[in-house]
Amino acid sequence: MRNVFLDHQSTTPVLPEVFDAMKPYFMEAFGNASSLHKHGLRVRDALAVARKQFAALINAESPEDIFFTSDGTESSNLAVKGVAYANQKKGNHIVLSETEHPSIIASVEFLEKQGFTSTKVKVDREGRIKPEDVRAALTDKTILICVHHVNHDIGTIQPVQAIGKIAAEKGIAFYVDAEASAGWLPIDVQSMGANLLSFSPHRFYGPKGVGVLYRNRKARIVSMMHGGVQEGGRRAGTENIPAIVGAGLAAQIAQEELSVRIAHTATLQNRLWNGLREKVEYIKLNGPEPGPERISTTLNLSTEFIEGEGQLLLCDMNGIAVASGSSCVSKSLKISHVLAAIGLDHALAQGNIIMSLGKDNTAEEVDYVVETFVKIADRLRGMSPMWDEFQRGVIDSVIKPTGRGKSFSDHAAHISGKAAH
Amino acid sequence: MSETYTLYNNTVMDHFMNPRNMGDIKDADGVGEVGAAACGDIMKISLRIKDGKIEDARFKTFGCGSAIASSSMATELIKGRTVAEAMQFSNQEVVDALGGLPPVKIHCSVLAEEALKAALEDYSKKHPESLNDKKAVTA
Repeated sequence: MRNVFLDHQSTTPVLPEVFDAMKPYFMEAFGNASSLHKHGLRVRDALAVARKQFAALINAESPEDIFFTSDGTESSNLAVKGVAYANQKKGNHIVLSETEHPSIIASVEFLEKQGFTSTKVKVDREGRIKPEDVRAALTDKTILICVHHVNHDIGTIQPVQAIGKIAAEKGIAFYVDAEASAGWLPIDVQSMGANLLSFSPHRFYGPKGVGVLYRNRKARIVSMMHGGVQEGGRRAGTENIPAIVGAGLAAQIAQEELSVRIAHTATLQNRLWNGLREKVEYIKLNGPEPGPERISTTLNLSTEFIEGEGQLLLCDMNGIAVASGSSCVSKSLKISHVLAAIGLDHALAQGNIIMSLGKDNTAEEVDYVVETFVKIADRLRGMSPMWDEFQRGVIDSVIKPTGRGKSFSDHAAHISGKAAH
Repeated sequence: MSETYTLYNNTVMDHFMNPRNMGDIKDADGVGEVGAAACGDIMKISLRIKDGKIEDARFKTFGCGSAIASSSMATELIKGRTVAEAMQFSNQEVVDALGGLPPVKIHCSVLAEEALKAALEDYSKKHPESLNDKKAVTA
């Protein structure tokens, strides 16, 4: 059976050269970077190299502004809580968008229980944050603005530079979550005006177990992990040396290959979306069309009259790995908060899957995915009472309304006795 | 990679990949369509009933793998039962026959039970005499 990995938003395989670079740091150069003997000094040098590689990837002013954590979630927790606690005498208000990653939303919700407050800026139907809405949300108590560079779910590229200008003008710390963009889009923290920025190397062919937080001197943070004075006292704990070394190299390679990777994935993204929309009826792309407002790697799709987990399972049975934001996939039985925030009809959110491309996908694979997905949609529609009811004019399509029948959501609410979400 | 890594157990996967009794019954004696308020899934079961006995049962489902498998299994289990027996049907039978469902997916089996009961109710409305049908109860 074919094996097509289309879930690069979740993670990526480690590059062979990255794996090779990590190997000596398990048994040969096994030292602890805090040790003062040659074993410690050797790995300390290795950490310094990685810090430079990460600083270069995002054009940081200094490698000293790069902090290593265990993953993206730890980075965003440190950024949000670290800034909040460091500035609590100055103010207690945080501005974020309603489509931030759960690690940021949950960190802010945690802080709200400690007396902080927040304002969630709304997004438009394609997930865009308006800089003026961020400005309008600010109060004299605002100490932090959190915005993502690219949405982790629907791929929208945000106007971070304009938001950074507002933050600088007001003297408020600006944190950019670049988890979904690092390694796939050029990042320049200086032109963005970011005081903090986080990303995860395992999203661009580095290993898991290491996260990066950039923080410049203009933003004060306090440590969330207490103990030794690793990472300038900002993050206690022994560094994961092999992972950091590998991740640094992955960052360097990502920077070198950035334009090639963007061009390659953009070509495949167009081929995939064009193939699907030509061959599958009643399919919708969530987020902006491929182009300057959308990251080149992802397609977030809603296929009408069928449910997302079933699509995911049938893709998997055909060797195609995808993700879904359907309520059936989530443990809370709720649709993705991003799909809810863009006001997507519940039936369409239910029929959601996410395909995310990588540097090793090929045009041939994309053609196989299109061909297979056509069969999957047909098969699930054949089993769906909604498809049948649409054919008979009982319910209508949201994507291409015919003017016959009631809406899917009204129908679902009628038979379940309750409106869904 | 091994193909043994699947989201559900083999029985559930089999009923999802090879659903039994999928479709509609033309001129069915009872049809039930229900929606799950929790997740938004929709299930429809249609029945052919003769002499108080379920001769045929078909389903159509808009929902996840376990919802499709639950409706497939439910239709398999109730075929051949009397209306009175079917009225006692419980979602636990579906869960057991499927070899278990993840806790968050138990509601899919409840939906199958509800769709079946809705179909039986529809039948009872059309055939009020069926509830007092001695043969159906004792068969």
